[in-house]
Amino acid sequence: MEIHGYAFTLYILLIPFLLFIFLGLSGHRFKPLISGIVGSAGLLVSFALSLITAYRYFFTSLHGEDGYSAIIAMNSVWLRLTEKLHIDMGILLDPISVMMLIVITTVSLMVHIYSIGYMKGERGYERFFSFLSLFTFSMLGLVVATNIFQMYIFWELVGVSSYLLIGFYYQKPSAVAASKKAFIVTRFADLGFLIGILVLSYTTGTFDFKTLTDPAGPAVTHAGGATFLGLSIITWSLILVFMGGAGKSAMFPLHIWLPDAMEGPTPVSALIHAATMVVAGVYLVARLFPIYALAGIPALNVVAYVGGFTSLFAAVIACTQLDIKRVLAYSTMSQIGYMMLALGVSGYGGHEGLGFMASMFHLFTHAMFKALLFLCAGAVIHAVHSNYMNEMGGLRKFLPITHITFLIACLTIAGIPPFSGFFSKDEILAAAWHHNKVLFVVEYLVAGLTAFYMFRLYYSIFHGRQAHYHHTPHEAPYVMTIPLMFLAAASIFTGFIPFHNLVTSDGMHLETHIEWGIAIPSVLIAAAGIAVATVMYRKESTLPARMASTFRHLYTWSFHKFYIDEVYLFVTKKIIFRYISTPVAWFDRHVVDGTMNGIAWVIEFTSHRIKGFQSGQLQQYAIVFVSGAVLLILVFIYLLY
Amino acid sequence: MHQGIPLHYFLILSTLMFFIGIFGFLTRRNLITILMSIELILNSVNINFVVFNRYLFPHELQGHFFSMIVIAIAAAEAAIAIAIIINIYRNFRSIEVEKVDEMKH
Amino acid sequence: MHFLNLFVIVPALTILAILFTRDLRGARWASAVGMSIQLILAGALVFMYLGARKAGVTDEMLFTSDTSWFPSLNIRYAIGVDGISVAMIALTAIVIFAGVFASWEMEFLSREFFISLILLSSGVFGFFISLDLFTMFLFYELAVIPMYLLIGIWGSGPKEYSAMKLTLMLMGGSALLTVGILGLYFYSAPEGGQRTFHILEIARASIPVTAQRFFFPFTFIGFGILGALFPLHTWSPDGHSSAPTAVSMLHAGVLMKLGGYGCFRVAMFLMPEAASELAWIFIILTTISVVYGAFGAIWQKDLKYINAYSSVSHCGLVLFALLMMNQTAMNGAIIQMISHGLMTALFFALIGMIYSRTHTRIIDEMGGLMKVIPFLSVVYVIAGLASLGLPGLSGFVAEATIFVGAFQHADTFHRVVTIVATTSIVITAVYILRVIGILLLGPIKNDHYEHLGDARWYERISTIILVIGIAGIGLAPLWLSDMINFSLGPIVSKLAGLVNDVPLVLN
Repeated sequence: MEIHGYAFTLYILLIPFLLFIFLGLSGHRFKPLISGIVGSAGLLVSFALSLITAYRYFFTSLHGEDGYSAIIAMNSVWLRLTEKLHIDMGILLDPISVMMLIVITTVSLMVHIYSIGYMKGERGYERFFSFLSLFTFSMLGLVVATNIFQMYIFWELVGVSSYLLIGFYYQKPSAVAASKKAFIVTRFADLGFLIGILVLSYTTGTFDFKTLTDPAGPAVTHAGGATFLGLSIITWSLILVFMGGAGKSAMFPLHIWLPDAMEGPTPVSALIHAATMVVAGVYLVARLFPIYALAGIPALNVVAYVGGFTSLFAAVIACTQLDIKRVLAYSTMSQIGYMMLALGVSGYGGHEGLGFMASMFHLFTHAMFKALLFLCAGAVIHAVHSNYMNEMGGLRKFLPITHITFLIACLTIAGIPPFSGFFSKDEILAAAWHHNKVLFVVEYLVAGLTAFYMFRLYYSIFHGRQAHYHHTPHEAPYVMTIPLMFLAAASIFTGFIPFHNLVTSDGMHLETHIEWGIAIPSVLIAAAGIAVATVMYRKESTLPARMASTFRHLYTWSFHKFYIDEVYLFVTKKIIFRYISTPVAWFDRHVVDGTMNGIAWVIEFTSHRIKGFQSGQLQQYAIVFVSGAVLLILVFIYLLY
Repeated sequence: MHQGIPLHYFLILSTLMFFIGIFGFLTRRNLITILMSIELILNSVNINFVVFNRYLFPHELQGHFFSMIVIAIAAAEAAIAIAIIINIYRNFRSIEVEKVDEMKH
Repeated sequence: MHFLNLFVIVPALTILAILFTRDLRGARWASAVGMSIQLILAGALVFMYLGARKAGVTDEMLFTSDTSWFPSLNIRYAIGVDGISVAMIALTAIVIFAGVFASWEMEFLSREFFISLILLSSGVFGFFISLDLFTMFLFYELAVIPMYLLIGIWGSGPKEYSAMKLTLMLMGGSALLTVGILGLYFYSAPEGGQRTFHILEIARASIPVTAQRFFFPFTFIGFGILGALFPLHTWSPDGHSSAPTAVSMLHAGVLMKLGGYGCFRVAMFLMPEAASELAWIFIILTTISVVYGAFGAIWQKDLKYINAYSSVSHCGLVLFALLMMNQTAMNGAIIQMISHGLMTALFFALIGMIYSRTHTRIIDEMGGLMKVIPFLSVVYVIAGLASLGLPGLSGFVAEATIFVGAFQHADTFHRVVTIVATTSIVITAVYILRVIGILLLGPIKNDHYEHLGDARWYERISTIILVIGIAGIGLAPLWLSDMINFSLGPIVSKLAGLVNDVPLVLN
């Protein structure tokens, strides 16, 4: 179904793509500032177009009683594979993709503007903006994908733009290693995604989302077919697809790349590793949600438990890290865990779909406040030239705007009303309460931890002992603080968006209300977390050190991120490199090639042995020849007569 | 057509020439003599060609042509062979065949 | 004169022109002009072909011509192209064009070098336009033999050893191939009548199955050696690492494709029953190739070795996909041939250019090149990303098609090997990123690298044309895929009854 009037959405994607080509090929010919301004201006157009799209989609009268349906704005065949399967390139508009358009273009625009100031004087300024455009294009392509293979294509493209941007400071070995790690870990996860797509498409005969997610479509109706290890094939494929999502969204145990990815420039962390790319996994599950909910409940449980575990796990680690960006990275993991969990405890349609809506709601609010947190962290780092909170302190005097906006963001993520985080988190908790009490308790715990580590961060940076700075820190220029203020405003007000009317699992309106029985305890827990942090970190004290020594083991394990990195390093370096790759190379040189050389050697050896026959004496040859001829003649005569 | 010298006379002659050539080829050490022996062999074959042509297919000429070609080639070959022999002589100061065995590798 | 003949005549004239030049300048310009004409011809051929198809011509082969040159054995100079050979010709034209520019500074015996190079390319062109097995074989040898000279004379490292090894192994392949081709010839008229070397006639005649069983392995392995079939691939790392730049490009880019093309056009097309019976053996071997080549590449330290093992892996995927014997996978195999041809040529060109600056190919000795030679480095990254199958570049199109195609088999065996083969995309990412990380990124390791100059104009031409090819296929694959699909139709329908796959009908 093609609906006219949305063809302009193509330009939302096309503009960043053209910017990428343009800035990549000819950005170095202009003054650096020009590329920043051109990039931001282009993004502004995309942003405006996205707003128009959202307005038309949600608020014009196309949609009546039966809720919001999906619109294919355009679609054309990109590659024909089999009779039934073909990869299309197109634009699908439905509540979640339109919401994502807003999220991406908003955050991307803010990050673009912010970067004009932040990246000033960096080598490769135009390269930075060109990569940002590439990322924006890929991410937009991902969310509007009409079929799962298109999504995979853009999925890979966001992966590579993330790789390029993490490794932006390519002369820094740690950045290079981090970018490599990010790419390879997510690639490994994508292998699962790819195989999942193969299984899913083979079983259902389509890549198309509309057919796949149709509750009466082949994905759902074929679910009862063949089984493998007790789960249906569809369930397996969904688990595999989720593996891809888990890799991108840094879910345990594929999370190891995200903290390292903080080596990239801070605006990149804000855009890619906080607001947009890392939620792609959530978006993927949400996109395929009808299948998960209707045909793959075990897979959905996997999603829920992985999400729940990750949120707790990451929150624990975040409490002990010293690098402020890493704290935020673990916080991101924890929040994405929330979203996954919310999806996992949701059902399809009606009030069952509360978790779905909550997850999307939280995705939206999280994008705003987490981008804000990162951009604030960027402003702080910009001011003090360090990432470590023990080298900071007392900055509230020097960075007033950053201080206020950071505080707003902290309150938002802690879930204090009336900031937006409160509303979205409350919906998640409500959904968990109705579905799974264990996960619900876990989430309460995580809420407390979140408030604690965020305020630990806040106090360490802006309060406490004033660290000794080489030069007086100064507030960032307006080009950086205006995005902060914008996002702070967004963090405050987005909570009032009536998401339950707009973004639901089946497109229908959903009646929700704040469940105070759940909300009040959660606010109290958050307040307790803040209080503990205040006691420990507001003023300089020995309390944190004493706490650390009391819970020494927990502290050490948490500080070392539960040694997951070391496990991976062991597997890759020790096992794969030493016990697979090296033997393969040896085997190839010595056994396979040795056989070939052996054959050559045997031939040479034989020829050495028989070369004595060739004495060089012409007449000796002639005698052999003649006697041979005579012998043959005699033989023939004997045979014939 | 069957008058005059009978066929087998020619054949005996050519066989004799052939084996004299072979004998010379195998026993002589001097390259020039070896070359002469080869000429003998070739000429014995020529005789055979002509004779068989004359006695078996008197109306055709293939045998004649073959022997012509053989003669022409023999001439060319002799020229090359002698050139080679001269070069060998320059290098080895000898045209003894047994001394020229250094090209075997 | 017939159009396709130009593909053999132009190289011949170029060689003639080079003979009249006196030095490097003349030789390279003559070659450049000749190969530019060749490139234009190839472009024209693609358009003519697509035009003819659009006009509704449905013959299997287009632009055919048939001249007998050895009547008593019915050996003919039969030529003609379908979508697959058109694609391969375009690939060859691009790679040889880039190769000429990549060897712009070949000082040593330059005329002889360019002559051998172009002789080689004319063999390849001839191979792809031939429809007669004997003529095809002749061109095949014409392509293989100059390789010996090119590596032995202009190579580096243990060049004599490598040249000998390469030539002997490929000649071993030719020996097997001779048996296979003669077998096909002698069984080409099972009900009596004129025997033939003509591919289409043999295809119609259908060889007896017992004979197929005997001759299929000969033919498949014979071509497979050139296509780096495990365990007969070891000529490839040594050969590639010793060969001069343009020769590596041509060899990995085009010559290895002769193997895949031959396996497909001769072995599988003409002996479908045996192919479907024996496929499992070769599927196992190629699956090993795919994974094993990738693992082998992780460990290597020499850029050319890395790329050679990577080629083993990628070419293994070509044969793997062919053996899946359904239209999608085979289509993927052909695209993979083209894609791999372009990107590996690009890799070898870049390695040559980097080597000419740093005088080493050991990755650990280099570092931080991105800062000093940004153009070459960026192109290297593009090549790397194409190799690891990034969407938007050609590698992805090929791999996606192959994996989807291979997955259409519902049985466990095919499923398992497909999943094993897909793991190569991760391993590929590992070694590609490892190289990029060590070689291009990070701090500059060696002070005198600070003064390296970036790409010269001819190096830019050489790399840009390849990048355009890679990105072109990657962004808009549909025309290529449809062109190949159309020509695969008759081949797949011949296989169709055997492997229970329905051929794809295009409207």
